[in-house]
Amino acid sequence: MNKPPLRWSDVTPRHLWLNRRAFIAGAGAAAVAGPAMAGLTYSPSSYSTSDEPNSLEDITSYNNFYEFGTGKEDPSRNAGALTTDPWSIVIDGMVDRPGTYDLADVMKDQPLQERIYRFRCVEAWSMIIPWIGFELSGLLNRVGVQPGAKYVAFETLVRPEEMPGQRSPILDWPYREGLRLDEAMHPLTIMATGLYGEVLPNQNGAPIRLVVPWKYGFKSIKSIVRISLVAEEPPTTWNMLQPSEYGFYANVNPTVDHPRWSQASERRIGAGLFGGRQDTLMFNGYEEEVASLYSGMDLAKFY
Amino acid sequence: MDRLNALARRVPVNAVYLAGVLPFLWIVWLTLSNGLGPDPVKAIELRLGELGLQFLVVGLVITPLRWAGLNLIRFRRAIGLLAFFYVFMHLLTWVTLDMGLRWDQMAADLIKRWYIIIGMLAFATMIPLTVTSTNAAIRRLGPAAWNRLHRLVYVAALGGAIHYLMLVKAWPVEPLAYLAAVLVLLGLRLWRHARRQAAQSA
Repeated sequence: MNKPPLRWSDVTPRHLWLNRRAFIAGAGAAAVAGPAMAGLTYSPSSYSTSDEPNSLEDITSYNNFYEFGTGKEDPSRNAGALTTDPWSIVIDGMVDRPGTYDLADVMKDQPLQERIYRFRCVEAWSMIIPWIGFELSGLLNRVGVQPGAKYVAFETLVRPEEMPGQRSPILDWPYREGLRLDEAMHPLTIMATGLYGEVLPNQNGAPIRLVVPWKYGFKSIKSIVRISLVAEEPPTTWNMLQPSEYGFYANVNPTVDHPRWSQASERRIGAGLFGGRQDTLMFNGYEEEVASLYSGMDLAKFY
Repeated sequence: MDRLNALARRVPVNAVYLAGVLPFLWIVWLTLSNGLGPDPVKAIELRLGELGLQFLVVGLVITPLRWAGLNLIRFRRAIGLLAFFYVFMHLLTWVTLDMGLRWDQMAADLIKRWYIIIGMLAFATMIPLTVTSTNAAIRRLGPAAWNRLHRLVYVAALGGAIHYLMLVKAWPVEPLAYLAAVLVLLGLRLWRHARRQAAQSA
């Protein structure tokens, strides 16, 4: 029998497909690891929020990734040219097993989970993003953190021929970020390699990026090529550019304003024209999990 | 130049109003047709603000063009009123769609956020200019006083450009370009003023 050819319009829209997945999970199939039709195999996580995620369209067309331009739509327009395979990460500094690790090797034996996290940009907008990734602590434990290491430093790829934004000195390339070791080892801190059940789109930091959900988005460095365990607080890109505005910690905090704008509230992307604002939560709503990391610290001073 | 002037004389002022409202209608259309991307509120706000700045800059170009022999003064009121329209719509967008009528936060911003303070001051300077834009107002004030008052537009344009630059991260090109344009246009006036004074005292 001749069947009519399949068209793109026959593809189940992602939000319906997701609803179906949620339905299956709710029907008692929660233990079944990720759907077979998706690119990645992963399990759910109790760290996920129950909030409705933003659409894939929102998440992949509204990005700050200055390597591809400063406009929100630049990354989706320009990131297609980025070569993400082969990809390797240099892991060095105070580790037992330093070296250049192929991406597959980095991910080896790291169980992938879906983490539906709140994402709060320092520009006072937010999204809900269903990341797929693994805990950074798993990787750090595997390479062996030496006793003197106190911080983890990260670097993004520099490849101006594929990253047009890097052809202008708007930031001091490579993009650099860092975490205190206890922040890096926290179970909420993940290395994301996927989104909505599939491999990470280039504009979201493919093939591998950091996600630290209680910090402003700029801490969650993308397209990582270097991870260094170090003894001193490493230099970080936005802090280098404007130290009075972007601190090393950059924890989401409604009571500590950016010098030029308020951080008390945020606009949820996708809320529509009349969505208005919502109050920003302390540590982006992860206070219970992470507040103890900062006990005794003056968060207005260590912003 | 005479041909250009003759051509300009044939363009009705209403055509400038009409053309000036088209970008607004375009924004309305994009809003209704979901053409503004994932964050329509920011897109609307930014586009309206940029249009306000663009009309302010165009308004500042009229006088230097006149020095060069091209007379477009007939259109200046329309351009100024369009600038006010876009800046006002930009402000309205901030109050309603962006801030969601959070009056307490807006009040706090108005006291301590320099980009808000400067933006609001720039808007405030445009109110008397708009109010005195009629022929009757020009007659009542007298041309000299009217001209002096309307130099407030320098403050509005400069304030608008600084306001834009202050709310972005890093140093993107667009806000720098507007500030450069305003500085050049104000600089031209200063330069001419200084030359004339020198010529008078010589």
